[in-house]
Amino acid sequence: MKIILKIQRFNPETDEAPVFQEYTVDADPTDRLLDALIQVKQYQDGTLGFRKSCAHGVCGSDAMQINGKDGLACKTLVKDVADQDGSVVEISPLSHLPIQRDLIVDQDKFFSQYRTIKPYLINNEPVLEKERIQSPEQRQAFDDATNCILCASCYSACPILKVNADFLGPAALAQGYRFIADSRDNGFEDRLLQLDHPDGSWACKNHFECTRACPRQIKITKRINQTKQMIKAHRESKGEPINDGAK
Amino acid sequence: MKHEFECIIVGSGGAGLYAALETSAKAKTAVLSKLYPVRSHTGAAQGGISAALGNREEDKPEWHAFDTIKGGDYLVDQKAAMILAQDAVQAVYDLENRGLPFSRTHDGRIDQRRFGGHTRNFGEGPVRRACYAADRTGHMILQTLYQQCIKNKVSFYDEFQVIDVILDGRDCKGVIAVELATGEVHTFGAKAVLFATGGFGRIFKVTSNAFANTGDGPAVLARRGIPLQDMEFFQFHPTGIKGLGILITEAVRGEGGILINREGKPFMKTYAPTLLDLAPRDMVSRAIMTEIQAGRGMRGDGKIDDWVHLDATHLGAQVLNAKLPDITDFCKTYLGVDPSQGAIPVLPTAHYAMGGIPTDLDGRVLADEKGTVVNGLYAAGECACVSVHGANRLGTNSLLDLVVFGRRAGIHIGDYVKIADAPELPADAAGRAKKWISRLTDGKTGPHGGDISEEMQVVMMEKVGIYRNQGKMDQAVQTIQNLRETYETVRVQDRTKPFNTDLLETIELKNLLDLALVTAVSASARTESRGAHSREDFPERDDDNWLKHTLAFLDSNKVSLAYKDVDTSIWDPKPRTY
Repeated sequence: MKIILKIQRFNPETDEAPVFQEYTVDADPTDRLLDALIQVKQYQDGTLGFRKSCAHGVCGSDAMQINGKDGLACKTLVKDVADQDGSVVEISPLSHLPIQRDLIVDQDKFFSQYRTIKPYLINNEPVLEKERIQSPEQRQAFDDATNCILCASCYSACPILKVNADFLGPAALAQGYRFIADSRDNGFEDRLLQLDHPDGSWACKNHFECTRACPRQIKITKRINQTKQMIKAHRESKGEPINDGAK
Repeated sequence: MKHEFECIIVGSGGAGLYAALETSAKAKTAVLSKLYPVRSHTGAAQGGISAALGNREEDKPEWHAFDTIKGGDYLVDQKAAMILAQDAVQAVYDLENRGLPFSRTHDGRIDQRRFGGHTRNFGEGPVRRACYAADRTGHMILQTLYQQCIKNKVSFYDEFQVIDVILDGRDCKGVIAVELATGEVHTFGAKAVLFATGGFGRIFKVTSNAFANTGDGPAVLARRGIPLQDMEFFQFHPTGIKGLGILITEAVRGEGGILINREGKPFMKTYAPTLLDLAPRDMVSRAIMTEIQAGRGMRGDGKIDDWVHLDATHLGAQVLNAKLPDITDFCKTYLGVDPSQGAIPVLPTAHYAMGGIPTDLDGRVLADEKGTVVNGLYAAGECACVSVHGANRLGTNSLLDLVVFGRRAGIHIGDYVKIADAPELPADAAGRAKKWISRLTDGKTGPHGGDISEEMQVVMMEKVGIYRNQGKMDQAVQTIQNLRETYETVRVQDRTKPFNTDLLETIELKNLLDLALVTAVSASARTESRGAHSREDFPERDDDNWLKHTLAFLDSNKVSLAYKDVDTSIWDPKPRTY
């Protein structure tokens, strides 16, 4: 069928502000939306800018807003967003990050917030066995958080970031949980300053938009709430107040 | 802009990141990557990384090395395979200790499962050797290594596309790269450069490879006179999703999945009576194509795009969700098939380059058949050819190759930079790169690359695919040469600087065209069948004449071939049956 892609365009070299441009493409209902974008770029307009790589939802390159929803163009099928000939699909870049070109945003801030939660195993004890022993149940405790591909869909979907640009964001917090919930990690206190902070986990107000947007089905909001519980338990055990910014 | 480092690493997949961890402790290092590092294609590897840990049953590195050599149809350099298998054990423990969340046994150890071609006691039967994290093993390796690079404060230049290398005789002095965000051309001087740019499956129409897999490293080096080794050996993975080519891991068969034809019959016992569905990939891919050509594909018309079924329904939803969650998701998303309820339609998909930049055991690039080393130039991972995969790679050995030889190259570079002098760069180091970009963006009219790319991929798929013959390959060489000629008149539509992905893709297209040519020429010269190189007109392996590595030199429009011996110092070549 023929669908119309209404794509937000912006080139900092030539444009004052973003504008929408329409392209008509032939697409099968089971094509990926990414295939439709590639059709434009390969055969209609080589100047269209977007990122892509694996094309099956594991590299995180092609996150964008599709009909207002954040997600991956390669995990969105045409039939998910267009039901008939002439359907219009509106495509824009992710929110909360500066636009560099068309659908390409600058992800430096997203990655720098990820780095602040020390996203690596912290454990200075020598390994006695060949591998650190971990039961299947202990492994399962943080399983879904390990699936994060850092695509920033959740970051764009988060309503808190609209009003608080300093919020660490759902991806960084979920990755914080990935390590503090890992039985092999001893770095809870190393990450406490970032996690137990008004702009850390306490800024999350349970809108669940991150969980809805996640193309890897990570229960992000739940992981943030579990993080809050771990912080509370830790502070209570030490007789300290939590740092949620409440007066 | 000019930069100076002791070590430059090009590419941020498993091999590049592992090497960076080693070099950054000893040398001023920068990693250049055309993608954000976590986007690299290592992350798409699914099923596992093999090591003879023996966590589930008895296993030995020696068995692993033998399987690797036999799997590679004896074109493997045997000492290299032994190092791969021996270093594997510590490499896996090292990844675990650095945080990799492997799936676990009941007693908390790293779990292991079966994979194609991996056997106990020199071929007696399948062995549980593949360590895994569900079907996301590559993702976990990539994430873990990137996390360690953050911890160790490795410097990254994200979204920098390398387009040339600075070679002065037998010395490497740096690279030239385009910064995508600005379009600026940068010169990076370095005592040592490691290429770890991954594969080039995008020369084929149907591939499991990412769009980024355009062979930038091998192509850049080939244009500067470095030979490429064994390029005729390209692996077609038996189970790509029909039409799309998206990988369905061999672990589906490792866990018990079975290939069936339109008669509903498992067919692998005809082709590999002992290992059945866990035979090496080249054999399974040929078996599928033979079934299809005999009219036993699901559609039954014998055409090249017919398919067979991979049945995993008997594994049940619980096993699929626990051990193969991603492929379950892919099947639901792209096919509307729940693999616990219905069979998966599959067809071989272009997957892995066994060939690449020739190196020694420490990743040093070799300039000729005599083994002359290029000082300061290294390669590791899929873009390199050590050679541990020979004529056909075993599943799980690619992830292993990355960590074992990425690490070895990194260690060697750390020592090399201590004795190497800082490079003196020629004044016009970036001249050729700038001239190329100017030509593509000069505003003259010319064809766009899109059609050239499509024609190249189709001709390579149809004529240099699973089954080959002289006539088809000669046609392919001619077509690719014509396309390369047309390329010289190509112009990009986008002439602006910021994120000019039109320019980037047109540069990548040149890399693919050069590698397609080298692949087709190398293949057409080898008049035997071995591993993934399977000829209708020469169906037998011919050790008397062809137990040797190909080295292909690209000299503008000509490819000349040389050959060098295979290291068979441990096991004598035998017929390859399973």
